[in-house]
Amino acid sequence: MVSEARTLFDKIWDLHLIAQPAPKGEALLYVDWNLVHEGPFYAFDGLKQSGRKLRRPLQTLAFADHYVPTTQRELGSAGASDSEARNMIDQLEANAKRTQIVHWGINHNQQGIMHVVGPELGLAQPGMLISGADSHTTTYGAFGALGYGVGASQVEHILATQTVWYLRPKQMRINVTGHLPIGVTAKDLILAIIAKIGIGGGAGHVIEFAGSTISALSMEARMTLCNMSLESGARAGMIAPDDTTFSYLHATQYAPKGPAWDKALQFWKTLPTDDDARNDIEHSIDASELEPMVTWGTNQDEAVPVSGLVPDPATFSDPKRRVRGEAALQYMQLKPGMAIQDIKIDRVFIGSCTNGRIEDLRQAAHVAKGRKAVVPTLVVPGSMSVKRAAEAEGLDKLFIEAGFEWRSPGCSMCTGSNGDKVPAGERCASTSNRNFVGRQGPGSRTHLVSPAMAATAAISGHLADVRKLT
Amino acid sequence: MAMQIFNTLTGIAAPCFEPNIDTDKLIPHRFLRKPLSAGYRNFLFHDQRFKPDGTPVQSFILNREPYTKAQILVAGSNFGCGSTREGAVYALLDFGFRAVIAPSFGDIFEANCLQNGLLPVRLSETVVKALSDWLEDKTGATVAIDLQTQTVVLPDDTEHTFNIDPERKRRMLKGLDDIGITLEFEKEIQDFEDIYKSRMTWLPNMEHHR
Repeated sequence: MVSEARTLFDKIWDLHLIAQPAPKGEALLYVDWNLVHEGPFYAFDGLKQSGRKLRRPLQTLAFADHYVPTTQRELGSAGASDSEARNMIDQLEANAKRTQIVHWGINHNQQGIMHVVGPELGLAQPGMLISGADSHTTTYGAFGALGYGVGASQVEHILATQTVWYLRPKQMRINVTGHLPIGVTAKDLILAIIAKIGIGGGAGHVIEFAGSTISALSMEARMTLCNMSLESGARAGMIAPDDTTFSYLHATQYAPKGPAWDKALQFWKTLPTDDDARNDIEHSIDASELEPMVTWGTNQDEAVPVSGLVPDPATFSDPKRRVRGEAALQYMQLKPGMAIQDIKIDRVFIGSCTNGRIEDLRQAAHVAKGRKAVVPTLVVPGSMSVKRAAEAEGLDKLFIEAGFEWRSPGCSMCTGSNGDKVPAGERCASTSNRNFVGRQGPGSRTHLVSPAMAATAAISGHLADVRKLT
Repeated sequence: MAMQIFNTLTGIAAPCFEPNIDTDKLIPHRFLRKPLSAGYRNFLFHDQRFKPDGTPVQSFILNREPYTKAQILVAGSNFGCGSTREGAVYALLDFGFRAVIAPSFGDIFEANCLQNGLLPVRLSETVVKALSDWLEDKTGATVAIDLQTQTVVLPDDTEHTFNIDPERKRRMLKGLDDIGITLEFEKEIQDFEDIYKSRMTWLPNMEHHR
């Protein structure tokens, strides 16, 4: 019997399949990790009300990230922006204690954004199924795991059963070849991909990123790519594990050690997609043609190269994109035809689960070195470990000398839920993942960019091309 | 929130035909710290419905009669794209909505709807657009939805069918929550776990890290 060729996704699906009551219906899958932050408190409340127990408390991990302040951390949760934010931090700690789950709280020396901490500790491993109470749980796809976001009811379900009901998605493969030009990063690549396929373009699909460009990416860059894959509407983004994955994992705290490592490695090497496996859709991207990207609108597919102009929605062939493009320009207070580099900015945010890792900070620091910020600029490391690593390299001093503010880890100005907001009417160049209306604070305007481009904007006072810095 | 039964519904339909209405629009993040007991009704579309000083924006559809009593939202494609926040569904339900008719939905949002008894109804772009145009003209027109027969009757008396996973339909008709159903698979889960864990011996064990 010839076994059927399978994709990375197929293999993880088969590995976690418990039951499929109806052939075309939802399947019951086993969850390796259930990740929570302060947000899904409804799930803990629901479980308490129903009197149900956690099936596997050791497989739920809790992280304080959305509501933690980025200053005055010596005060613990008392340093939160207001009593409600403090309550969110304390409530998670209380729920974690009560249910006996491991918790990286505000005072933990490994605290940070869940999608930064999980990977850096080696908790995300190839072949795992990882669900999280956060849409950017797709980040774990960088390790050849299936990671995806669920709402509070499904979190409650996973707490109680360690399983999830999941309708098998279609599969999309995006082949990326060619060298990324200097100054062009994984952030620019994913913005270019979303601009190409549209914010609904990945709906109902799991994306596998493949090709020589992807193989050459660092783990940090792969995480940026998979992190934002869901902004195309995709359920998940994944990359096959390879030597880059294995060498990153080898140095981490929770990676298997000794003979267990050898056994794991042997298994992990069986996971990549078989040569003749089929996908439902394939796209090809030539990375060598890419430029640094900037979003001009209020959805992530409204992005153009930095050398370009604000487009005129009247020229869009798709009437839907035309209508929302016009609304976006009105909200963003931009005129068609103006040069992207003539857009003045009021503020810069460098951080988030998309771009808050050490490599991101190095790229921003490289630009900031010896220069001065002309607008308020916040640098928020993704985790305490990233913060320590950056400080060991002297990046903190370099940022401070350049007039950038050096803060403590958390989600911060990506959502503003901890009080770090973009004031109404201000325009922010941000390394985060969403340029939605009001995302960074009511009335805020967001331009998504890479860390190097954010730093370039900080020292220029307007959107500017990192490749043109002298 | 507990799963609410959905069977049939005839209600006022509010046209909000804009594509990609994201979860930040449906409920800004700053309200996700509020307990459910606070009521989520006024958080829905908050920053479009209310001025910074808290007074209602009269032109916003849900602030106008008879739409304060609307039970069906008619929206554009990719409705609910964005985050996992279930608060978006809680806010819609608390406002009084029991169904959203749209050409397509964000995946996570749709899953959250199905967990709570807010019916996501997918109809073609053409039909939803025509419905929306009709509703803009005929204030307060009603739409009838029958989940059992998977049909929608529009104000012009045209009937359209929609697809829904049969098991999700069953759970919504009976108000069944997922956990109770999954617990019936206890033996399968236990058998799976025994084999899985004997095979994947290298998986991290957090026993000593609590």
